[in-house]
Formats: sequence, C-alpha cells, structure tokens
Amino acid sequence: MENQTEQAERRRTGVSRRVLTRRVLATVLTGLVVATVAACGGGDSGGASASTISVTYKQTGGDPSQKDFLAAAKAEFERANPGITVNLQPITAADSDYLTRLQLQMRSPRTSPDLVYEDTFQINSDIEAGYLRPLDDQLNAWPDWKQFSETARGAGKALDGKTYAVPDGTDTRGIWFNKEIFAKAGLPADWQPKTWDDILSAARTIKARVPGVIPFNIFSGKAVGEAASIQGFQMLLNGTGDTLYDIPQRKWVLGSKGFSDSLQFVKTVYTEQLGPTPAQSLDPNFQYVVSQQLLPKGQLAIDLDGSWISHHWLPGNASPWPQWSTVMGTAAMPTQNGQAPGRISMSGGWTWAIPKNAANPDRAWDFVKLISDRDHQVKFSIVNTQIPVRTDVASDPKYLAANPTNEFFASLVPVTHYRPAYALYPRVSSEIQVAMESVMTGTADVAGAAKNYDEQLRTIAGDAVMTAAGS
Amino acid sequence: MTTLAVDRRGGAPAGPSDARRNPTSVTLLRGMPLAPAVVLLLVFLAGPILYCIWSAFTDMALTGASGYSFVGFENFTRAFSSAEFGQSALYTVVFTVVSAIIGQNVLGMALALLMRAGNRVVRAIVSAIVIGAWVVPEVVAGYLWTAFFGVDGSLNHFLGAIGLPAQDLLYSAPIVAVSIANIWRGTAFSMLVYSAALSEVPKEIEEAAVVDGAGTWRKLVSVTLPMVRRSISTNLMLITLQTLSVFGLIWTMTKGGPSNKSETLPLYAYEQAFQFSQLGYGTALALILLLIGGIFSLIYLRTLRVGDGPA
Repeated sequence: MENQTEQAERRRTGVSRRVLTRRVLATVLTGLVVATVAACGGGDSGGASASTISVTYKQTGGDPSQKDFLAAAKAEFERANPGITVNLQPITAADSDYLTRLQLQMRSPRTSPDLVYEDTFQINSDIEAGYLRPLDDQLNAWPDWKQFSETARGAGKALDGKTYAVPDGTDTRGIWFNKEIFAKAGLPADWQPKTWDDILSAARTIKARVPGVIPFNIFSGKAVGEAASIQGFQMLLNGTGDTLYDIPQRKWVLGSKGFSDSLQFVKTVYTEQLGPTPAQSLDPNFQYVVSQQLLPKGQLAIDLDGSWISHHWLPGNASPWPQWSTVMGTAAMPTQNGQAPGRISMSGGWTWAIPKNAANPDRAWDFVKLISDRDHQVKFSIVNTQIPVRTDVASDPKYLAANPTNEFFASLVPVTHYRPAYALYPRVSSEIQVAMESVMTGTADVAGAAKNYDEQLRTIAGDAVMTAAGS
Repeated sequence: MTTLAVDRRGGAPAGPSDARRNPTSVTLLRGMPLAPAVVLLLVFLAGPILYCIWSAFTDMALTGASGYSFVGFENFTRAFSSAEFGQSALYTVVFTVVSAIIGQNVLGMALALLMRAGNRVVRAIVSAIVIGAWVVPEVVAGYLWTAFFGVDGSLNHFLGAIGLPAQDLLYSAPIVAVSIANIWRGTAFSMLVYSAALSEVPKEIEEAAVVDGAGTWRKLVSVTLPMVRRSISTNLMLITLQTLSVFGLIWTMTKGGPSNKSETLPLYAYEQAFQFSQLGYGTALALILLLIGGIFSLIYLRTLRVGDGPA
C-alpha cells in the first residue's frame, strides 16, 4: 500500500521521497564530517596555553616516591606563581617503553610536553634527533649549577659541546654480600676483593662450604636486558683498561683483549656453577627475583648490582626487610688484576630536559630550578635512594644519615664510568648481551662470541669502528 | 514534502534542470551519502596503511637522527640477508603451524566432534572450561603459563610428586612452551566455529552413509569433513592470521628469549622499531609479515576450494 502510494507520487513528481531524504541526510553528514575533521586538526593543543607547564615523567609500578615528590613541588610552584598550572603527566611503563612514548610525544609540537624526564641512556640520541633544546644560557645564569659535580654537569652534554639537561641524581654499582653467609663460609665481614680472582675464590669457598646458596650473581643475557650490559659486562670491561667506545676517535672498539677476558669471567662463573643456573638468569624478571627474593631470603651470597636495590627493602616498598642493613655488606668492584685505580663503578641516572617543541620553555626552566635546588634535591635523593649530583647535597648530614649505604655508594662517584650512550648504543648493548648469553649457555666459546660481536658491530656501526690498541 | 515536490515540478526551471541531470552527475549525487564513510575510511584506515608502506621504504628512526630519507628496497634486502630475520621467520612459521594449524585446529575439531556426541551436562562443562581459557586476557594467560612451566612452577611440583624428572621447557624449548600456551588459549575459537558448522550438517546424510556401510572414521572423512570444508578454510585463515601476529603472550612469557629462541616476527619487528629505534626497518618487517599472512591465505583458498560445494 505504502509502496503503491510512493510509486504514484513518483510518477507525479519525478523525485522519490527516498531520494530527497538521502539528499538531506548527505548534506547533514558531510557537514558533520567536515566539522569533525576540522576539530581533529585544530583541537589538540597539548597544553600549549601560556599559563600551563606540562611535565612528563616516568611512573614505576606502585612506587609513589617520584609522584609524591613532584606533587609537592607542583603545589609549591603554583603557590609562588599564581595563575600558573603545573600539569603532571606520568607515563606508567617500563624504561624502554617510556622512552619510546616520550619520543613519540616530542616529535610533534601538538603533543610535546614542556618538560620531560630523560634517561642519560637515551639523551644523546634524542639530542641528535633534534628533540631537545640547549640550556647553556640558562645554566650560565644559574648560580646553583656550580654546585653540580663535574661528571654530573657532563651528563646532559652532547657531542656538540652544548648542555641539554639537568641531572637529578645518579647511581653507582658495586658488590652486595650477605655477611651471615660469609660467616658460615669463614669469610670476613669486612670483605673487600682486590682482583676478579678474589671474587671467584670467595664464590668457590661459599660453594664448597654453604650448600644450597647461590654463591655469586652477575647479570647476563638478553632476558634482563640493559642490566646485563651495565651491571654485568661493563663493570668488568672498564676494569681491564679497554673500553667499548673510543671517545677522542669517536669509534667503537673491536676485538679488545679486555672484551674477551670479561667474557671469560662470565664463562667461568657459569661453567663452575658459581652463579645461578642459566635458566634462572634468563628469566626476564630475574632482576626483581634477585633483589626482592634471593637476597632477602638469604639464598644469594654475593651480588654485583646497583646502589638503589636497598630501596626495595625500605618499609612500605616492594619487599620490606628491616634487618638488611646489618645483614648486607658492600664492597667496591675491583679492577681485573687490581690495577689503578683499584676499583671501578658504572653510572646511569636521569635528567630534566626541555623539548624543542615545548610551548612554555621559560616557565618549564623555572620549575627545573625549583626541583633542582638544594632542599628539593636532599629530599629527592633520600626518598629515591639516589646518589646526589650536587656536592652540597652529597655532604648533607640528613642525606648521609638516611641510609647506611649512601656514603659508600656516593664514594664510588670518582671512579665511575658512564655508558657511551650514543644513538647506536642500544644495539651495541644488545650484542653484548648476546655474547654474554652465548658463553653462559655454552652455545659459543669466548673466541667465537667475541668474533660474532665484532661482526655485528661492523654491521651496526659501519666505518665507525677501530681495532683496540695492542690487540 | 509532496507539496514541495509538486511545486518544484511545476516551477519554470524544472525542464532544463532535468535535461542537465546527465548520468554521471546522477551517480555522483547518489554516491553522496557514502562520502562521509569514504572520508572516514580514507583518513583513518587507508591513511595509516599508506604511511606504513611509505615508511617501510625510508630510514625513519625514532631517535638518533633528525631527518629521514627514501632508501628504496634497502630495508627489505637487509631483512632477507639477515640471519636473525631468517631465524625469526622460521620460528614464526613453526609457531603458526604447531600452535594454530595443528594444535588449535585439530583440537578444536576434536572437541567439537566429541561434544556433539556428549550429553548436555558434559557439553556445558567442557565449553565453559574451554571458553574460559579463551576469555582470559593474553597477558594473564602468559603469566599463568610462565608460572606453570617455570623452574619452580606447578608442573615441576606435579612431576616431582609422581617421581618424574623436572622439565625446563621455557629455557630448553621456549617455542614449544609458547606454542602450548597458544593452543590452550586459542582452541575455544576453533571449537566454537566447528560446533556451529557441525550443527548444520544434516543428520540424514550421515545416517545414509551409515546405512551404506561406512564406519565412524569413513563417515567423518568422506561425509562430515567435506561438508564443513568451507568453515575449515575460514577458520584456518582466521586462526593463522591471529597467530602470526601474537605478541603479548610471547612477550609476557619469554620476551622472545632465551637466545632469541622464541622470537617470532612481531617481536623482532618490535625490537627493531622500538628498542633499536629503527622505525623504517620495523615497518618493513611488518609488511613482510603481512605478506606471509597473504601467502597462507592463498594456500587455504586454493587447497580447500572454497568457491564450490555446500558449506
């Protein structure tokens, strides 16, 4: 019936009702789409307003220290600067994922924050990519900058000689050992190895006298990622006199004897079963297993690890362990044969940097000055178990009293090394992890693993490689 | 509405307006309502795909370089000459064949056949369990299986209790471990597809086969399976494409290790693009993965001849 009416009407008019309806709909929809597209194009300003500073930082799991620290600083800054809002934007992610998301944000002026928390591991790459702006003028006019230690001032310095970032803390690495297990094995409570062999012989003693305990842990293999490279391999290599990267020549080093010796050390640990089993070491969560399980439960005697791990044992953190300060001893990592300077360490750390695409760089700089002053840095170093980068903070009685190992790990700063964190470093580091893993699991001998590393390095770095002196 | 139309018809310009309306402009006009959808598809679907194809031919990097340039097929030649790529392509195929084509597919069919024969209570219990595994989020499934296979995991406790030696699959054969986890997780999908298909097979035809003297096996191979052939083909294609791109499960369980022995192409592409910041190379790898998926689909379409015969 309906149909017949419409047909009749169509005969009469030549235009069906349906066609008309469609036309109307089309016009409306086209309008909607245009409006939507326009909104997408111009809407997202990423906090570009002059009264807002957007700050992006990394939020690690359930650890509230950084969040609380920044929230307090935000309140303080907003009180002192009425009308300005600090917009804190945490990214909750693992290190490498955080950096990836940060880079994606900084690529575009629409999404770029005004202030970002950058790992020294990645900062050179991001400078080369043009994501950050140099801060030399601001730093020269800032009296506090002289309080930062020499090495710390270099943390955000690029190959072009300009400084792009202000560090907020660093870390060092050394040996943690369980004094109770040492007593059972008849080893001294003030143990201080002088050479690599001292470590191995202590581990052998423990293996013989205290069964059921893992004598020594050195992180190794791809599963634990960068921890194997910096806590493990480079703690060895930098004690041999050889290096990964030749800074004056700007080239990566091939085939050094130190490289093979370091691999040999790893091989010895695993073939003599002085370490965890390879299956344990290749658990992607092994870092947390070590600091939150094996150490507090007294299942691991010696651990080559970071200055920060006691952070996990503080009240309210991942695995509270009130007795840790009496059970655990610390010692510096020795050089291979005790050659000068006798002990070595590796450092990383994080910095504050202002992206090139920041909409509000001047205000962002004011916020950096606030969170980097003496009082804030004392507070920050204590709650985050950081090694201070300011000399006045490092000698602050409050800081020294806060954690019994603070003084020891801060004392390693003069002998510490930084990673050659240039654009290619993540790939080079991954090849180091592969080499460690192959000698650890026995799929290659030391010479084979070193040769494979050299081949991969040539592929990655092209001409920017050189043969080690004396090899 | 009618009045309006009549007015227009009756107005002076009506004649010329009709004459001007040639076929092309009519078609265009009728296509107008599609425009919003087309615009949306172009902007949000075709746009990213084209951008992805374009970046596969550049040396685009996430960090470490301020610009990028067109490099032709360099990313592809690099992939095909790299041992790591070859290895991860091989693991991808092994993972897909073992966990999807053999595991999920065969097990899904077996469950569907058995459930057809079982009574209602058994059916309800079995499907609740199997679908439960499917509903569990990928990351949770990955964690469960890591806890199950781990050195101190529940499987070893069980093996120890009955006096068998401990296993370390996650370390010695990680690709097998992740394949088993993927079979566990994905079988429900095949089971559902096949249950639906089998319920469409007319009882009369199967009964006729029995009357003609066919045994159970003969009936299955010659009557039932050919009748659900189209569903088998569709299901194979879907689970293959799903399995080729599995990332979260493997990432949670092994991160591709140890020694890259469970690093399938999606993990390799992720590592290259986001951990080593080589976006261009990473997208090239993603395109190659697309190609592999295409090859599998073609094989299914060819061998199972979807076009003819009943479903």
